[in-house]
Amino acid sequence: MDALKQELKENLIEQLNLEDMTIADIADDDMLFGDGLGLDSIDALELIVMLDKSYGIKLTDPKEGRSIFESINTMAAYITENRSK
Amino acid sequence: MKNVYINSIASISAQKTLDNTSFLDTIEDYEANVLPVIHPNYKEYIPPAAARRMAKGIKMGVVASKIAIQESGLENVDAIITGTGMGCVRDSEKFVSAIIDNDEQYLTPTSFIQSTHNTVGGQIALELQCKGYNFTYVHASTSFESTLIDAKLQLELDEEKNILIGGVDELGEHTTEIQKLVHLVKAEAVKTSEVLDSKTKGAVFGEGANFFVLSNEKQASTYAEVVAIKTYNTLAETEVVQEAIHFLNGSNLNIEDVDVLILGNNGDVDFDAFYTTLAEGFKNTQQANYKHLCGEFNTASSFGFWLASKVLKTQTLPEVVKANHTDTTSFKTILLYNQYRGENHSFTLLKQC
Repeated sequence: MDALKQELKENLIEQLNLEDMTIADIADDDMLFGDGLGLDSIDALELIVMLDKSYGIKLTDPKEGRSIFESINTMAAYITENRSK
Repeated sequence: MKNVYINSIASISAQKTLDNTSFLDTIEDYEANVLPVIHPNYKEYIPPAAARRMAKGIKMGVVASKIAIQESGLENVDAIITGTGMGCVRDSEKFVSAIIDNDEQYLTPTSFIQSTHNTVGGQIALELQCKGYNFTYVHASTSFESTLIDAKLQLELDEEKNILIGGVDELGEHTTEIQKLVHLVKAEAVKTSEVLDSKTKGAVFGEGANFFVLSNEKQASTYAEVVAIKTYNTLAETEVVQEAIHFLNGSNLNIEDVDVLILGNNGDVDFDAFYTTLAEGFKNTQQANYKHLCGEFNTASSFGFWLASKVLKTQTLPEVVKANHTDTTSFKTILLYNQYRGENHSFTLLKQC
């Protein structure tokens, strides 16, 4: 699980061009949207594509994203349970 | 009708033009066939959250526009008019590559959103919170001149008071490779000081962002007055001199009234004849060139416009741009001529205020 969290942080920084951030700047329970990392709706779309491309998870209900993308912890838990690759 | 003035300027180019207190005092001497810009520290001008989705062309445009507005003393402008030949080519490359690499699957939105030609104008408006007229001209090598025509018409008719205009184009790695393959880019690396006399096919390519605040009110910072501008999609080499005279006559001027002729020649052996023909027609006039400094790109003529503005305000013509040597010491009227590969010609006439 820890390796997955590390990988997610790396992907987040790269995919979302968080140029000034390092893995150490993102805590596992940091809120990704709103007051936390400040991600927005375009980032949410990027994350949905990342789940599909990297882990074979297709989110059919966008409302699911709200809880899945809450933090690195919630993302890692959902991926571990649902991944097909 | 009101007069149109250039009240501020800003340039990001392959030379140290960002610092407006100097005027080509030191020259970056390259030996290359592609000239990237000298990047400013973008973080000083754009918040990180906004900058993270911007490719360099957008950043260049946003920074140049902020500097131009700052110099004009304004907090905002009434309109934003942008010219670009290739638009946000890096994001276009990224998006198209993703389509190919991922077999048309997993397409992400960011690079697609940022790849449109009017992204620069849109981002400038977002940064300034300018909700006025916003237009982007994509007219190959008359893209910048088209912004100038639009702004001039609106200011003359007093529809707007202050308009930000600019020309911006960025180099894209894949696009440049294609341009090399079709010999638009010179095959060989050429020294900056030798580009214009290289007499080989193609041009040394470049990129840049040159922005200006135009106004129908003159102020202390005013650089020059925009007297006239005309573009032509096609013009025969044999007609260039006659057309220049006709253009000048439209402003009650003749060849003798022009203090400096600024030419957009780029050292392409196949198309520089247009410039040499015009130069011959103005053989007693001081002449200047600039594309050896900034490279060729669709809006490179905006660098020429920047050069002319600086000459008229500072009353100096840097040695590095002089194409001939006359005893002209007073610069009141400047004529600019540009074309690219025999198409999309333009004449622009500026005068001292």
